Amino acid sequence: MKNFDLIKLPFSKENPILVQVLGVCSCLAVTAQLKPAVVMALSVTVVVVLANVIVSLLRNTIPPRIRIIVQLVVVSTLVVLVDQVLKAYVYDVSKQLSVFVGLIITNCIVMGRLEAFAMVQKPWASFLDGLGNGIGYSVILIVLGFVRELFGSGTLWGYPVMEKLGLYSIGYENNGLMIMPPMALILVGLIIWWHRSKNKDLCE
Amino acid sequence: MDYINIFIKSIFVDNMIFAFFLGMCSYLAVSKTVKTSAGLGIAVTFVLLITVPINYLLNKYFLAEGALAWISPSLADVDLSFLSLIMFIAVIAAIVQMVEMVVEKFSPALYNSLGIFLPLIAVNCAVMSGSLFMQERGYANIGEASVFALGSGIGWFLAIVAIAAIREKLRYSHIPPALRGVGITFIITGLMGLAFMSFMGFKL
Repeated sequence: MKNFDLIKLPFSKENPILVQVLGVCSCLAVTAQLKPAVVMALSVTVVVVLANVIVSLLRNTIPPRIRIIVQLVVVSTLVVLVDQVLKAYVYDVSKQLSVFVGLIITNCIVMGRLEAFAMVQKPWASFLDGLGNGIGYSVILIVLGFVRELFGSGTLWGYPVMEKLGLYSIGYENNGLMIMPPMALILVGLIIWWHRSKNKDLCE
Repeated sequence: MDYINIFIKSIFVDNMIFAFFLGMCSYLAVSKTVKTSAGLGIAVTFVLLITVPINYLLNKYFLAEGALAWISPSLADVDLSFLSLIMFIAVIAAIVQMVEMVVEKFSPALYNSLGIFLPLIAVNCAVMSGSLFMQERGYANIGEASVFALGSGIGWFLAIVAIAAIREKLRYSHIPPALRGVGITFIITGLMGLAFMSFMGFKL
């Protein structure tokens, strides 16, 4: 596989959320607003890239029988680092994300890429693969965060867009359903529908 | 908080799937038939019921701020809570491995029916988040933590069996090709989540 494909494929044809259906939990829970969604996307990208590279470097020394535990140790060390950095620099977002930072450990994208890719590939290819999957995941998170915050609370990154546009004075109301958890699921369902009707070969 | 209240709350109000979307990956992947999904549901409940009390003790006597005071007063201001992610996932991975071996030895029939799912539970976010929520919500004693674990497990079990039953029926309905499979499952889960929202604020 060409290096460029490693980054490009996860973006659409092999998108971790839309096609592989991995890492869905966090993608739904943190996207009620744009800011936590962006922070979460960055954290997961950093963890998946670094974990991919580290496991790929270690791949010849990890005994196959205990590989899951070795991978979990690598990933959870990285997540502890990310958690501490978030607590130090963006404390309010870290509080908002609560347990979901810790849940990056069990995020299926990270484990899935380690199992499927980093255990058998060279570090540079693993780096690109991690980056591609991280970006594919981030795009969906940012789109969801954008739509849900804009229509749910009428703001973007805390900035009152709808109010500045003067929509409230002509009778516009926020759609409270958008910030509720179930709407995230329905939105992802609709994105998958759109994505598969563009790529007919992915239909079941 | 009394036990019944925590129990009901963790099943319906704070349902792992409909309120927090935890364990979505296996929820989407394994919910094709009722029989296998019931097996996975039981396994997750079982593992939650063992790991959460153990992690509770670990958190109370080793990790929380000032928890080491029982060893010697000079350790009273040690705060190891940054280690909790690694400790929790290590406990979970070890327990899952042990449960697998015990079940294989004493009940080969159960082992064969659960076989494939047992090792996967280590990376199920529902199990990890059971421990993380336990830590965050600060349950008063080990009894409350166990009841919470049991309730979350049953809630997860109910959700996966319910969606599996719906998906079995869906096979006979006319769904647009691009929406079949994952897409419609997302949307239905969203609708079920809306239904579960009616339990909000429910108290005994």
